[in-house]
Amino acid sequence: MLSDLNYLTFTHLASLEVGHHFYWQVGNLKLHGQVFLTSWFVIALLLVASFLATKNIQRIPSGMQNFMEYVLEFIQSLAKNQIGEKEYRPWVPFVGTLFLFIFVSNWSGALIPWKLIQLPEGELAAPTNDINTTVSLALLTSLAYFYAGFSKRGLGYFRKYIEPTPVLLPIAILEDFTKPLSLSFRLFGNILADELVVGVLVLLVPLFVPLPIMALGLFTSAIQALVFATLAAAYIHEAMEGHGGEEHHEEHG
Amino acid sequence: MDPLVAAASVLAAALAVGLAAIGPGIGQGNASGQAVEGIARQPEAEGKIRGTLLLTLAFMESLTIYGLVISLVLLFANPFAG
Repeated sequence: MLSDLNYLTFTHLASLEVGHHFYWQVGNLKLHGQVFLTSWFVIALLLVASFLATKNIQRIPSGMQNFMEYVLEFIQSLAKNQIGEKEYRPWVPFVGTLFLFIFVSNWSGALIPWKLIQLPEGELAAPTNDINTTVSLALLTSLAYFYAGFSKRGLGYFRKYIEPTPVLLPIAILEDFTKPLSLSFRLFGNILADELVVGVLVLLVPLFVPLPIMALGLFTSAIQALVFATLAAAYIHEAMEGHGGEEHHEEHG
Repeated sequence: MDPLVAAASVLAAALAVGLAAIGPGIGQGNASGQAVEGIARQPEAEGKIRGTLLLTLAFMESLTIYGLVISLVLLFANPFAG
């Protein structure tokens, strides 16, 4: 979105490297090459890690296998807390993929000195600091919760729009649009703000002073990955349960 | 670019992020205060409270981030610049 607007106007008020991209031309499409390069790197990293962890599975885990089992248990508990004991199992892969991809992207942007690699135009950074990446992740989440709702409750899923009272119908419909919007803007804004702050501080004082801000950036980007995965799981749960907690009452009573 | 549009955009960008910081600031202060109170009352629940607090702080912070996104759009991808 941001880059499309930018590509239309060409005029900049400030000269930080926001909105400059390393374009690849594929047919009529212009792709942001730097995002592809870094996301392929992230995907390769995740694939190698999972391959190493499952290459030689032991009964008593050690090293890489131990670490990845810890990660898996963390993701499982995240999904279980949000979606609930009964239905969380099929959603662990989706929530886990979101969490791991965002987490590794954010940290790779902060930890790997991408800026040392010169590109003809634009610069390498975390894939999540491009709004196209975050929007696609958020739209995937939307599809996932629609699918969850339909597969669980069939056409009764639409009842949630008029459930307490039909007066709230416009707001209920609006909610489906604000969910991906807020998800994508939150992630994109946090990561971009992080890199901008570090960039500005490095510009002012190149040594030592940016370090605490970088540590804070690592912390916030981890939290943002957690928030994205938690919210995705919460939306999926909401779609499966509906707004009212009738099923809860039945269970307890 | 029209100098009037440029001036208005810069001003609006500053206002967007500045005003967007007020509400979440108050909210984060409230939440942190309540969390500290909760921990003081029940120190054994500290881990759980801290986890929830961090998550809610991230949600509140995202409100400021929306303002930041608007100001970034105004600065780097101004739709009125053409």
